[in-house]
Amino acid sequence: MKGFARIAWREVRLSWTGGGLWLPIVFYLAVATLFPFVTGPDKALLSRVGGSILWIAALLASLLPIERLVLPDRQSGVLDQLVLRGWADEWIAAAKICGHIIGFGIPLLLATPVAIALLGVPDEKALALVLGLALALPAFAGLGVTIAALTAGLNGASALGGLLLVPLAIPILIFGAGTLDDGATNALQLLAATSLAMTALAPFAAGAALRAARD
Amino acid sequence: MPDSQAASPTIILDRVAIIRGSRLILRNFSLEAESGELIWVRGANGSGKSTLFRALSGLLPIASGTAETRGAIALCDDNLALDLDQPLEKAIGFWTTLDGISPQRLSVAMETLDLGSLAGLPVRLLSAGQKKRGALARLLASNASIWLLDEPYNGLDQANVARLDAAISRHCEAGGIAFVASHIAPTVNVGRSVVIDRPLVEAAI
Repeated sequence: MKGFARIAWREVRLSWTGGGLWLPIVFYLAVATLFPFVTGPDKALLSRVGGSILWIAALLASLLPIERLVLPDRQSGVLDQLVLRGWADEWIAAAKICGHIIGFGIPLLLATPVAIALLGVPDEKALALVLGLALALPAFAGLGVTIAALTAGLNGASALGGLLLVPLAIPILIFGAGTLDDGATNALQLLAATSLAMTALAPFAAGAALRAARD
Repeated sequence: MPDSQAASPTIILDRVAIIRGSRLILRNFSLEAESGELIWVRGANGSGKSTLFRALSGLLPIASGTAETRGAIALCDDNLALDLDQPLEKAIGFWTTLDGISPQRLSVAMETLDLGSLAGLPVRLLSAGQKKRGALARLLASNASIWLLDEPYNGLDQANVARLDAAISRHCEAGGIAFVASHIAPTVNVGRSVVIDRPLVEAAI
């Protein structure tokens, strides 16, 4: 278990060094900043759709780190050395997902109040938004690591990753945006269930992809 | 190192075939190695030395035949597996702490390859030979009784080749097994040399 934490912490360290911490967050906030320029500073409109925009922004921001999640470790032999030490690919994937939740998810959650203020999301929706994002981030991390493992080494991996992520993220987005509706208590439970299922399945999918790509 | 050696490591390969990608790299390959042996693996480029090591490490499946290994395996190949942004000692330390190896043992291994003065330097600033020594230090520090060294002399200067050979010879005297795949002979007593040649290159599927 100590080893698991160590591998996960290495992921966190890697994601917080070399601009990895700020890039997705700045991107996330940039989307929140740009949107009012397009729609015009219509307070009523922004308060209605602001939460949904932040869901899209969070999903897109989660695509940014995909290229560095698996490929560098495969190329540098880190994955080989872990497997050699008896780590199952599923455990390696699970550690990477945990590291990604902390390394990417927590900064994103911390930036969310700023984004909420930028778009003027009303208070009652803001709470549902933060809660919903917190529930969905493990699923985003699981999808991110799975897609990274599937596309590592392919040409145009990041573009392909985007294409793969979109259909897989739809359930999360539907329930996530659903939580923003007034009096939508069930949406939060459905979102939690979907996120749990995705997070639980992701290590197996990503682990299988890691194993299949080893040669 | 004797304290950490597993009781008599052995490797027995019996008519093993290994497929990499869709190519049959090794076939009908048999090999036995026991405690204390230093085996020099020779063969032309692409003859399957690295593939053999990867299969022994469990990174590649064995397509047919039986393979039995007893004892932990440490592999040092072309891939450094060290984080480039980290100081050398911390980069190697990631692996030694994962293996539950004491920091003292790590510093001894680093001193063995004359890396003491480089401990604080980020790995990306090291020269090719220094990086290679870093990867070798991880293997030296490990508790593994079977060492697989793939082209360990690449980039090493004379003095460090001698240091590495001395370490390999100590490892074997302590009961370990060392496989050295190299185009130049180790300068210490080689127990046996295995030549991998592959007259037949054929598609597996």
